[in-house]
Amino acid sequence: MPTVLACIAGLFGVSALSLILIRQRAAAPIVYGACLAISLALCAIAVLSIGQAPSQTVLPLGLPWLGAHFRLDPLACAFLAIINFGGASASLYALGYGRHEAEPRRVLPFYPAFLAAMNLVVVAADAYSFLFAWELMSLASWALVMAHHRQAKTAYAGFVYLIMASLGTFALLFAFGLLAGAHGDYTFEAIRAHHLAPGLAGLALVLAVVGAGSKAGLVPLHVWLPLAHPAAPSHVSALMSGVMTKVAIYAFIRIAFDLMGTPAWWWSLPALLLGGVTAAIGVLYALMETDLKRVLAYSTIENVGIIFIAAGLALAFKASGYAGAAALALTAALFHGLNHMLFKSTLFFGAGTVIVATGKQDMEQLGGLIHRMPVSSAAFLAASMAISALPPFNGFASEWLIFQSILVSPQLPQMGLKLLVPAIGVLLALAAAFAAACFVRAFGTTYLGRVRTDAAAKAIEADRWSLAAMLICAALCLAVGVLPGIVIDWLQPAATALVAGHMPPQASIPWLSIVPVSASRSSYNGLLLFGFVVASASLAAMTVHRFASRTVRRAPFWDCGYPGLGVVAQYSATSLAQPIRRVFATVAFAAQEQVEMPPPGDKRPAVLRRFLRDPVWDFMYAPIASAVGTSATLLNHIQFLTIRRYLSFVFVALVFLLVFLALWG
Amino acid sequence: MTSAAAAQLGQMLLVLALAPALTGVTRKMKARLQRRIGPPIFQPYRDLRRLFNKDVVLAENSSWLFRVAPYVIFATTWVAAALVPTFQTGLLFSWAGDLIAIVALLGAARFVQAVAALDTGTSFGGIGVSREAMIASLAEPAMIMVVFTVALVAGSTQLSTIAAFMADAGGLRVSLAMALVALIIVALAENARIPVDNPSTHLEVTMVHEAMVLEYSGRHLAMIEWATSLKLLLYISVIACIFFPFGLIRDGAGLLAHAISLAAYLVKVIVASLLLATLETAIAKMRVFRVPNLLGIALMLGLLGTLLLFVSGGM
Repeated sequence: MPTVLACIAGLFGVSALSLILIRQRAAAPIVYGACLAISLALCAIAVLSIGQAPSQTVLPLGLPWLGAHFRLDPLACAFLAIINFGGASASLYALGYGRHEAEPRRVLPFYPAFLAAMNLVVVAADAYSFLFAWELMSLASWALVMAHHRQAKTAYAGFVYLIMASLGTFALLFAFGLLAGAHGDYTFEAIRAHHLAPGLAGLALVLAVVGAGSKAGLVPLHVWLPLAHPAAPSHVSALMSGVMTKVAIYAFIRIAFDLMGTPAWWWSLPALLLGGVTAAIGVLYALMETDLKRVLAYSTIENVGIIFIAAGLALAFKASGYAGAAALALTAALFHGLNHMLFKSTLFFGAGTVIVATGKQDMEQLGGLIHRMPVSSAAFLAASMAISALPPFNGFASEWLIFQSILVSPQLPQMGLKLLVPAIGVLLALAAAFAAACFVRAFGTTYLGRVRTDAAAKAIEADRWSLAAMLICAALCLAVGVLPGIVIDWLQPAATALVAGHMPPQASIPWLSIVPVSASRSSYNGLLLFGFVVASASLAAMTVHRFASRTVRRAPFWDCGYPGLGVVAQYSATSLAQPIRRVFATVAFAAQEQVEMPPPGDKRPAVLRRFLRDPVWDFMYAPIASAVGTSATLLNHIQFLTIRRYLSFVFVALVFLLVFLALWG
Repeated sequence: MTSAAAAQLGQMLLVLALAPALTGVTRKMKARLQRRIGPPIFQPYRDLRRLFNKDVVLAENSSWLFRVAPYVIFATTWVAAALVPTFQTGLLFSWAGDLIAIVALLGAARFVQAVAALDTGTSFGGIGVSREAMIASLAEPAMIMVVFTVALVAGSTQLSTIAAFMADAGGLRVSLAMALVALIIVALAENARIPVDNPSTHLEVTMVHEAMVLEYSGRHLAMIEWATSLKLLLYISVIACIFFPFGLIRDGAGLLAHAISLAAYLVKVIVASLLLATLETAIAKMRVFRVPNLLGIALMLGLLGTLLLFVSGGM
């Protein structure tokens, strides 16, 4: 534990150091190099100490009578590993990518502080330190979002993010207040010992879902995420999407599984319902986007939904006393969190290299990059397959575990859950299928086809640091997918500590298969499938090349006899999504298409317009925003009163509070 | 162990050899139903040989992905087909992937095919991919729901265990009937058959799968065609081994039992191909935007089947 705190302090130190070095050219390599080293150290500590007994430290910081409590338990270790691996790969990537930063002084001081704050959230063991670290994380990431502050959209993104982050912290503040009770001992130990009445527990749970969910991007609290994540520099986007959402999920798991004590079955409902909706709607949003980084941000929302589904299932199992099934679902949630960090980092790194190479992030202006950027396109392809839950990559392994935990849920006794869980299964399957469509589209329009603009035609491959980070993450996507048993075994202490059950030990299963419940029910062997596919593909290729024709001729593609079709004749990101838009988005987003056809003889081009409405924004945020505006106008005139009036306001407020206290006490 | 390995290898070769014949038989029957003579049953083999010996004509701007994709599609489909018990259950590697993994392997093949179709940057590739994405976005969830229904009945997602359970204890169940209808609809959609897609069309308004492979030629096309017939055989085998498991033998049966079960399997495949030909002759292809309704029915049937089993206790 002291080593972890020392490392976190080291990250803060790097942040301070960057302020001194800010004018130097060497600042970026020093800062990112130091972050890389410290993150790797923290990651190694977390990986090694997950199975050990929790260790605790109290520092005389923070509130005078409380102190700052820190604790390293298995759950904290699991998330520390996710955070710091994400941090290490982002730092490695930034060693190359950071050189293209126009104003490094807007990034360098906040980057290490952001990493440190995320680590601090996970190890904090009292409500005050937790909220302090949480708010520090929000503010540091806000500063990073505002790095490119001259771009028009960034200011708006930062504004929305600030409001939503405040809302989230506000909700968490009250959640902890409820959990600690009237006597208010804010250490996690005291909170664990304090039991809440069901009504208050429900309220605390809702507040926790709002607080953690707004940071994680649960629909309908997601509105800031697709604005803020893409606005930041790409390595920060990767951290915010891949890592910071996991910190939010940590907060939910810590509160719901640990601090609140024994769950009731209906605690699982908010997580299941919101998770299911988030998974399906999140990726549908992604399919409607053409900005590469926004597509990735929306797909983060989808994956957060998937993790919440698994966590909700685990809560339901835990409440009904099925410890083994609860361990399966919780392991699946943690595993998917880890996997999402890996592939989403790769994808954001890829988007960053594209932006550096072309200066564009609208997919409609890219295309054909596979010829100019072969290595990064291969990494992007691998990560796309992983995020689409396709074997043998890691996304499939974790989603497979979630499907398996859905399949053990008929034993749940509650009729409500029996009816809900199959519907959640449909939403999960829909999300997986949409994700595949979404990433075919994202990869296809960005990297494949014919080049759409001059900028894309002049693209060059990224630098070695960026490529190394992308390739390492992509290779791990494959490695974890091929050998999921190792990760599952590694995650077991965290699951066992929270739900008192465990999955069958995977190391003892022959041939490196994974078995979620029992071998007769289901098993999966990524290594064998991968080996099988590679072997039969090479066998087929060798046989064909040995015995069949090997000649290749190059010719123009088939143009239906109309030569000279321009590049705009190929399918674009918008048109690739057209059938799905027409089938699904007419309901979800009230999508409409309008054709404007000039009369015969008129030489104007015909125009096709599409209209989408964001239901969440229109029905939830727009009314709130207009209500705030209206009430601000109404209250405007009390800004210009005499001091006598203000004093009488103070007096009335004081009397009101005293009456309230008298009635309460 | 050795017999399981032999069963595994034998079955992999069997499906590989049988798949083109299935396409040939279906075409022949369809032709006869339309009062045409039709090509001989073994024509697909000749087509494959002809394609293998032809030059590959690559589009000028195609990348490495375009050339690798046919082999990956072929291998993934073949591995998926190898995991489905055809006439014998105790396969060596049946535990390597369950029914969900088989669905996902086919999904991987589809992903690679779609990506390869976008590589040349033609409108045909794009139109095929966009429609395929729409179809898959409903067919895959429907398939997962069918898997859920079957798995809840049999208490396993392992196809061998399911087949053994269905052979021993499978009775008539409402949820299974729903799953069967849903699975047939999904199979029609996944294999680009009428009413979802027409395997013999080259009209851009209607085609889906053919549009995606339009730029392929020579040996690459041969690999893709072979994978397509393998996929059809795979779906027929899945339907046969879950819903009509009679004749399936376990590991370690005698030679005569092997012969009988192999004959039973061939009969099942021929019956399925006859039914498919009849269906394709009897009904017309749907408009592209009517297809989601059909697949929505499949999804709802799968969901209803699963719900019934959840409510009635499940496994």
